[in-house]
Amino acid sequence: MNYFELFSLTPSYDIDTALLAERYHELQRAVHPDKFANSSEQDKRIAVQRTAQVNDGFSTLKDPLSRAEHILALAGIDLRHESTTVKDTQFLMQQMEWRESLEDIAHSEDPDAMIAELYASFNVYSNCISQDLAGLLLSHSESDLAAAADLIRKLKFMAKLQVELERIEDAQFD
Amino acid sequence: MAYSEKVIDHYENPRNVGSFDKNDPSVVTGMVGAPACGDVMKLQLKIDDKGMIQDAKFKTYGCGSAIASSSLITEWVKGKSIEEAAAIKNTDIAEELALPPVKIHCSILAEDAIKAAIEDYKSKQAK
Repeated sequence: MNYFELFSLTPSYDIDTALLAERYHELQRAVHPDKFANSSEQDKRIAVQRTAQVNDGFSTLKDPLSRAEHILALAGIDLRHESTTVKDTQFLMQQMEWRESLEDIAHSEDPDAMIAELYASFNVYSNCISQDLAGLLLSHSESDLAAAADLIRKLKFMAKLQVELERIEDAQFD
Repeated sequence: MAYSEKVIDHYENPRNVGSFDKNDPSVVTGMVGAPACGDVMKLQLKIDDKGMIQDAKFKTYGCGSAIASSSLITEWVKGKSIEEAAAIKNTDIAEELALPPVKIHCSILAEDAIKAAIEDYKSKQAK
């Protein structure tokens, strides 16, 4: 299923998210099962299926990481179910250092400042990757798409760091 | 999901956690990561001039199975030659720890860590 087609959007990493939300609400209204209350059982079933599709499509395209994965999936590259090992030593060293910093927050003198600093570092790094990724995902060449896949894998590690940092931040308030 | 007793044992009492001095010429490092779960694994081996693994240390950020897999391989590779260590298969690790199918990738990561460390050894030998 091509979710960009479903929402009448040009396949791209940089999409207009306001437009996506607008199209989502339009589609949601059009296929809402309540509208099919007096229809045949088959039409009701189809409405339920369409609603699920529209919801899946929206959540896939809303999140930049899953949007990028969807673009590659449309090009025949499945990153969702792969179990590839990343061996980029420099990148992994940086990941290791950041994981160590996350551990240090608990016994830091100023945990709030450290959390803010880490958020900023993660942001800068992820934004850098995202900028390169946007260009590569417009390409149709095999090597560009392979490079895009590598960047998406890196973004997955960044997403993990982000989740861990959010968890630690929440724990600070408890 | 229930972890096996062996996984819990390695998780609660991980063997050989830590780092060697990376400037020590006999130390080689294998760094690997799994994008699917964000796990990061570092395996360091101390190798003598006969190509025997004297000592091993690891540091892993990941789930219990990933920590247990890396802890186990540090025990296994000690005293082995490079060739013997290279022959360790993820299926051996998964079997020893009784890993469920969804955690097999943790054992693959550990096997890849050994391979990455051996590659580092070979590239250092070539210099």
